Amino acid sequence: MPLKLERTPMREQDPAQRRRNFDEVALGYSPDEAMKEAQRCIQCKRPLCVDGCPVHVQIPQFIKLITEGRFEDAAQKIKETNNLPAVCGRVCPQEEQCEAQCVLNRKGQSVAIGRLERFAADYQMERGIPAPEQPIKTDKKVAVIGSGPAGLTAAADLAKLGYDVTVFESFHELGGVLVYGIPEFRLPKALVKQEIESLKRLGVNFVTNVIAGNTLTIDDLFDDGYQAVFIGTGAGLPKFMDIPGESLNGVYSANEYLTRVNLMKAYLFPKADTPIKKAHKVAVVGGGNVAMDAARCALRLGADEVHIVYRRSEAEMPARAEEVHHAKEEGIIFDLLTNPIRIIGENGRVTGMECIKMELGEPDASGRRRPMPVKGSEFIMEVDAVIMALGTTPNPLIASTTHGLDIQPWGGIIADEATGATSRPGVYAGGDAVTGAATVILAMGAGKKAAAAIHEYLGGKK
Amino acid sequence: MYKILRKEKLAPSVYLMEVEAPLVARKAQPGQFIILRVYDMGERIPLTIADYDRDKGTITIVFQEIGKTTKLLAALEEGQYIQDFAGPLGKPSEFDGLKTVLAIGGGVGAAPLYPQVRRMHEMGIDVDVILGAKSKDYLILTEEIKPFCRNIYIATDDGSVGYHGFVSDVLKKLVEEDGQTYDRVIAIGPLIMMKVVSGITKQYDIPTIVSMNPIMMDGTGMCGACRVKVGDEVKHACVDGPDFDGHLVDFDEAMRRQAFYKDEERLALLTLEEGGQCQCH
Repeated sequence: MPLKLERTPMREQDPAQRRRNFDEVALGYSPDEAMKEAQRCIQCKRPLCVDGCPVHVQIPQFIKLITEGRFEDAAQKIKETNNLPAVCGRVCPQEEQCEAQCVLNRKGQSVAIGRLERFAADYQMERGIPAPEQPIKTDKKVAVIGSGPAGLTAAADLAKLGYDVTVFESFHELGGVLVYGIPEFRLPKALVKQEIESLKRLGVNFVTNVIAGNTLTIDDLFDDGYQAVFIGTGAGLPKFMDIPGESLNGVYSANEYLTRVNLMKAYLFPKADTPIKKAHKVAVVGGGNVAMDAARCALRLGADEVHIVYRRSEAEMPARAEEVHHAKEEGIIFDLLTNPIRIIGENGRVTGMECIKMELGEPDASGRRRPMPVKGSEFIMEVDAVIMALGTTPNPLIASTTHGLDIQPWGGIIADEATGATSRPGVYAGGDAVTGAATVILAMGAGKKAAAAIHEYLGGKK
Repeated sequence: MYKILRKEKLAPSVYLMEVEAPLVARKAQPGQFIILRVYDMGERIPLTIADYDRDKGTITIVFQEIGKTTKLLAALEEGQYIQDFAGPLGKPSEFDGLKTVLAIGGGVGAAPLYPQVRRMHEMGIDVDVILGAKSKDYLILTEEIKPFCRNIYIATDDGSVGYHGFVSDVLKKLVEEDGQTYDRVIAIGPLIMMKVVSGITKQYDIPTIVSMNPIMMDGTGMCGACRVKVGDEVKHACVDGPDFDGHLVDFDEAMRRQAFYKDEERLALLTLEEGGQCQCH
């Protein structure tokens, strides 16, 4: 069979329509489309794609099952290593991970692994996920702090090993960044709920409204009989630029903006009680996935014009290629090589943002070319809302109340990369709380490693 | 779900609720706050802890009906439940090394002041208290606070009881005319009251702590909405506060930020009143 160089396209909501609604943008493959795409996989003997996946999904195997029409088996195959396939199929930066390693890249486009993963997971979900095999229970209790991707992964793996796992969440809803951060149009919340339901069926307990570090400290958890703790508390305080005008009304952190919209459903205001200000011209500062999410939410909330303001060029943008592509299709304006220097306001409200043009100089510590201001290129953008999407510093609460937990100068919990072990015996950590803002799948990878390490720590076999 | 064990009307539109929340009660300290959500479409609002009972596992909150959320909350009765109730949040107030303190509470600000005064009394600190309100009917917790303070002074805007005027007038009288000296002034109440008090104590070099209650969303150190300018620094009331140095807080900015959602707050209230019923059931 001749090699198909181009991947099977996935149906999407029309940009002109979707820019004003919160429904999912990408519509997924049909069974025929999925089988057609799966047949492009040449089933490498030594598959590099698996190495590219932080949780080592058995990619060629699950794709083979799709070619055979065994879609539910394909989903089960993925779930052997990935507890949240419907999520990962949608939000992983596949083009930097599994798909980057695909041999088809040399001649054409890689196999659309992410889309196939999503297809298999969705297919199974629609038909009802089979009851998980109940593991043989041990009497050992493990606490997981945070119900985001790191915590959910660690909890699932530990529950499968028979541990009595309780997940503590500080918010009123489970899912962490999957519910407060990533918008509905990219990751439907009903789907996150279903993934969490499967964990409940595995026997994982969930407790909301517990702010670890305050409501319960790590010491309390040990006193209450937990024998190991995994910390996956995720993102903390948002970063600002430290430029004049950031305290003006109408300047948000992306965390605030997205949480208002996603978790608190401010787009339904006044049906939902949490409000968000209507803005006409919005500038989002930053070039990551969070910036794209904030910009596209602003558009959906009715803004006339939304700008992404990023100090480097598109090549350096950390956002997933697909998100940048979708944002452009929807009419988001990209002001690249542009950096804000001051936010301007009247009567305490934002009215504009002064920016300066940048050019790329020599590579900096991150290996990317350092942006340098172009003298005399200052200009003023008229905007009535500014959203800062510049990353976050780790949540400070646990660090300040836990004895013997070593912390980086910038606030991250110090944890062994291979095991997640912290400076305190029995306490493991992973995800953004350790690395600073990163991706869902990296957090899941860390949760997985830590679960294995906790198992070993509690006397289990590797 | 968190059960309301006791509800009392303390003043017109001011309520006290004792809520079953054993985990929060186990850890609560004076100066800390909780975040609650009345029902599943509700917003998260912060309320400073007015009392706690570790044995009973309860937290007491005092609030005034102002917006939609506090109206919905006030509509709940004993035996009913609050959907979400999380805490304790923020840093506990610190009283180490103090000998004489003047504690000032304006309006419902008396509520969070109460556990602080009691704690200071337990620590052997002499506490004078000024409580202020619109009128006699609006004064709350006077009798509860009395046993724990050396002197208590009352001020009402209309003179219906106590001094006819503001708490700041009483403060001035105490330090200017009576020559009272204090190691610290603690002021909790409306922003304008805390601003005026801080302005006076600055003249007399009396260190002053105020409790900030800005717009918050998550309350756990994640969204950055509650930023407050304190001196040259931007602080977050939820994790760095809510107590801050009153001489350094930028009150004008805080007032501006607090008013940001005024229109939406009015709209929400209007929708509630037109709907005519509680939407939580």
